This record gives sequence, structure tokens and C-alpha cells, in this order.
Amino acid sequence: MLEFIKKIKSSEIDIVEHTHKVIDECKKINREYNYFNFISEELALEQANNIKKQLKNNDKNIKNKKLLGVAVSVKDSICVKDVESTAGSRILKGYKPLFDATVIKKIKEEGAIIIGKTSQDEFGFGSFSVNIGIGFKVPKNPIDNERTCGGSSGGAAGITKKASFPHIALGESTGGSIAEPASFCDVFGLCPTYGLVSRYGLIDFGNSLDKIGPLGKTCYETALLQEAISGYDEKDSTSLNVPSQDYTNLGNKNIKNAKIGVIKEAFSEGVAKEVKKKIWEGIKKLESNGIKYEEISLELPIKYGLAAYYMIGTSEASTNLAKFCGMRYGISEKLEGNFNEYFTKIRSGNFSEEAKRRIILGTFARMSGYRDAYYIKAMKLRALMTQEYKKAFKKYDALISPTVAILPPKFRDIEKLTPLQNYMMDVMLVGPNVCGLPHLNVPVGYENKLPVGMLLIGDHLQEKKLLELGSLLEK
Amino acid sequence: MKVDKELIRHVAGLARLKLTEKEIEKFLPQLKEALEYFSKLNEVKTGNAKPSFQPVEIKNVLREDKEEKCLTQNEALSLTEHKKDGYFKGPKVV
Repeated sequence: MLEFIKKIKSSEIDIVEHTHKVIDECKKINREYNYFNFISEELALEQANNIKKQLKNNDKNIKNKKLLGVAVSVKDSICVKDVESTAGSRILKGYKPLFDATVIKKIKEEGAIIIGKTSQDEFGFGSFSVNIGIGFKVPKNPIDNERTCGGSSGGAAGITKKASFPHIALGESTGGSIAEPASFCDVFGLCPTYGLVSRYGLIDFGNSLDKIGPLGKTCYETALLQEAISGYDEKDSTSLNVPSQDYTNLGNKNIKNAKIGVIKEAFSEGVAKEVKKKIWEGIKKLESNGIKYEEISLELPIKYGLAAYYMIGTSEASTNLAKFCGMRYGISEKLEGNFNEYFTKIRSGNFSEEAKRRIILGTFARMSGYRDAYYIKAMKLRALMTQEYKKAFKKYDALISPTVAILPPKFRDIEKLTPLQNYMMDVMLVGPNVCGLPHLNVPVGYENKLPVGMLLIGDHLQEKKLLELGSLLEK
Repeated sequence: MKVDKELIRHVAGLARLKLTEKEIEKFLPQLKEALEYFSKLNEVKTGNAKPSFQPVEIKNVLREDKEEKCLTQNEALSLTEHKKDGYFKGPKVV
């Protein structure tokens, strides 16, 4: 990647020619794999032409740009100015935002080329990118197209693996939607600390859960995009005002003094033996680098994390989705009937089944009489889970579990799962997501020709440690 | 509490969703299963724990009440066909 950026700066590679090739390849891949809801050819070429002009004029600023000429794909739920942004839902069909999300503004300033909007479960409601909106297409696993590429940032993970050109993806995670598809597609995926990256311009799912983060083929590339998007934003009331960090200077020798906790409960009977085998190989690899580990028990997150997550997630989603009503932007129909009749018609006809299920679950959880039993209880559990994690981080620099308990399943097996069985897929991931802890998927090799991913969880704002460990495993 | 078709219809109505009979038939066992699982939460003693509405501590942010640039009326109206005299046009109220 560094080499590529240098060649763009020196004009050894012609950025416009290169971008044409990138777009052609995306179109070709998309015909088979459905990674993009929209390929933003016009914007990409406009950006490329601008960069070319600036290079020609010897513009001084251009030399400092960290992502100059690098293709970045953007999960469909992140707003890009003048580019259709639907979060994978028909209810937002035709919506072309009038502004850029803060992360988009930042990467544009760093010279990134935006190549398109990647496919996902509608609003992020899923783990296999099969809960797509009405009229959208299911992305397929880049390693075996009869299998899922995971979700909800499925298209992001798929194109990250498949692209032959230098590329990084912007994904988003509410309950595991970055690390899980990264694991199924054999790439790195970092979900940062809640609040480290601005959510301004994200079509939200759960406000206390959503995090935007990068997916990359290498640890370095993942760190590079993370560095570009981190930072305080006054437009996001939950943005953290913390000093910026250098994530890319990986290779600090001190990491070898790190101590790791292996979560015992994450290796129970339900976890596939192929997955366990590869994760343990990874742990041994870290050990051979001098890193010490101990097995630890972390009961609350694995046992109750899912219930807490789905309570918080569906509650917040049901309020967030209340604004989609066929007025002001997105899909609209002939204005008929009164307010309620019109809104009901639009919402019933344009949300997919999973969105309806989650809206109903969330509305139920917030109803008077049940609010305390479910919603408040889940919020209290979040506090207790965070305490349990914090206690562990007093002793350990990072915690390890498999990212997903199984190898990427076939579509025909997914069809047989009930919604609850689907939700179970996130069991390893909901804990860190609910507690806003950074976590990184690290590919640890193949078993039965399918990739396995290791999950590294860190304390708040300890992304750097995770990336250091990830880069040790990468070698 | 009994989760039945009537309850699903009621909750859906609150969320401005009208489900078909087929959807209700399908959702009923699925929602029952999910809600039963969620009731696992009752097993945990949370006692006096303070509900954590945000995963990290966040301070309230204030800013000066100064006029800033925002979308023009035309821009704000540009994403819909339902508009009239510089306003959004909605379905009838009465």
C-alpha cells in the first residue's frame, strides 16, 4: 500500500487510468458476488481527475495525503454526498445525501477514492447479509460462493478479500458486523472504541452501539484507515475528545511483554473443532513470540450478552426507524389517507421482514410495564458486564476468543435457522460491542479450505495494542 | 404475559406497521422464542447497578448559540416530490 501511494505521488502510476481499471474490476466482481449496492464511478473518476490535476500543478498539500489514490469502499449505511445511500433498505431508495458523513469528509481530505456503497443486511440487521432489503442482492463469500460472507458489513468484507487493487473498506458494527464478516472472508476488521470515530452521517441502527471502523487485507492497511477516521467531532454528541494516536507505526518490541486472557467460556461444546484448533494454533504462535497467556472465566458477556444486546439493539432500532415514513427523503408514494394510514402503508410495504421483526421486538421492550423488566435491566447488565471486562483488563492487555463459533455456513443451511438461532451467531461479539470495547478480527488460517478468525478484545482506547498483536500473528 | 396474534397486531400498530395474516402466523412463534430467550435477563441479579445508557462516559457538550450555515430551504426540499410553497407536503391531518 505504501509503495502504491508513493507511485501515485510520483505519477509513476496514472491515477485516472488506475481508477478506470479499479471500477472495471469492481463491475466484473459485482456481476458474480454482489458486493456493491452502487458503484460510484462518476465520483471516483472526478476525484481521480482532481488528484491528477493537483499532482500536475505540484500542489504542496498532496504530498502529505495518507490515502492518496487508495480505493475505499463504503458500507451503504454511511452517507456520501450525492451518492445513493440506502443502508440496504428500499425505504431509502433514491436518497442522495446532501452532505458527507464525517468519516467520508476525512478520507476525502486524505485523498481516498470512493468506489461505491457496499451491500449489507438491511440497516445492519443480520449476521449473514441475507436479511437484505426488498430488491437488493445477497453478497457471496469470496472463497466459496455457496457460502455467506457474513454480515452485516458483508459486501465490505467480500470486496476487501476479492479486490486485486489496493483497497480498504469502511464498515460499521452494532453487534459484531465488522469482525464477523472479516472472519468469514479472511481479512482484518477493526471495530474501534465507541465514540472514537464520529457517527455523524451514519444511518443509525442503535445509537449507543454503532461504531464505524475499517476492514483491510493487512493489519497495516486496517490501521491506516483507522488513523484517518479517528478523532473528535463536535457534530456527534457521543464523540470522545481524546488525543490522536499513531496506529500505523507497528512493530513496537514492548508488545512481547503483553499478557493475554483466553476466555474459557468461548471454547465450549458449541464451538466447531476446526475453529478451536486454528485459534489455539494462533495462541501458540503468540506464545512463541514471548507473549504469556492464561485461561480466564468471563461469565456475564457470553451467557447474558446476547439477551442484553438484542434488547438494547432492537429498542434503539425501533425508535431510529420511526423517522422513515415516506416524507422529506427516500421512497415516497402518492399521498393518500391520513398521516397514520400513509406512514403505515409506506412502512409496511418497504421494510423487509427482519426489520419488521426487530421493530416489533424493540417496541415491545419499550412499552410501559415492560420497559423496566427488559430495557432498563439490559442497561444495568451492560454496566455489570463492563465492570467484569475492566477487572480482566487490570491483569491482561487483551482477551482472546474465536470471532465466530463456526466456519462460514452455506446459504441453504442458513435458511433452516430460526431468527433466534441467527442471533446466536453473534455470541462472541456482543459483549465487546455492548460495552463499546475495541475488537479486531485477525485471520489465523484455513481449515477445510475455509478461513478462521481470532477475536482480540482490548480495553477502551487500546486499539494500538490489538493492532500490534494482530501484526505479530500476521507474520 | 401472553404473546398472541392480538398482541403482535397491537405492537405492530404502535410502530405504524400493518402485518398481513401470513406475516403474523410466521412471526408469532419466532417472537415467542426470542422473547422467551430475552427473559433470561431476569436470572441476573443487577441490584442497584446504575443503568449504563452509553458504553463510555460522555460529558454533555454545549456550544454558543450562534447562527451557523445550514441547508437552504431549496436544498432541504430537493429530496422529495411532495412539497408546496416552500414547505414539505404531507398527508392530510383532519
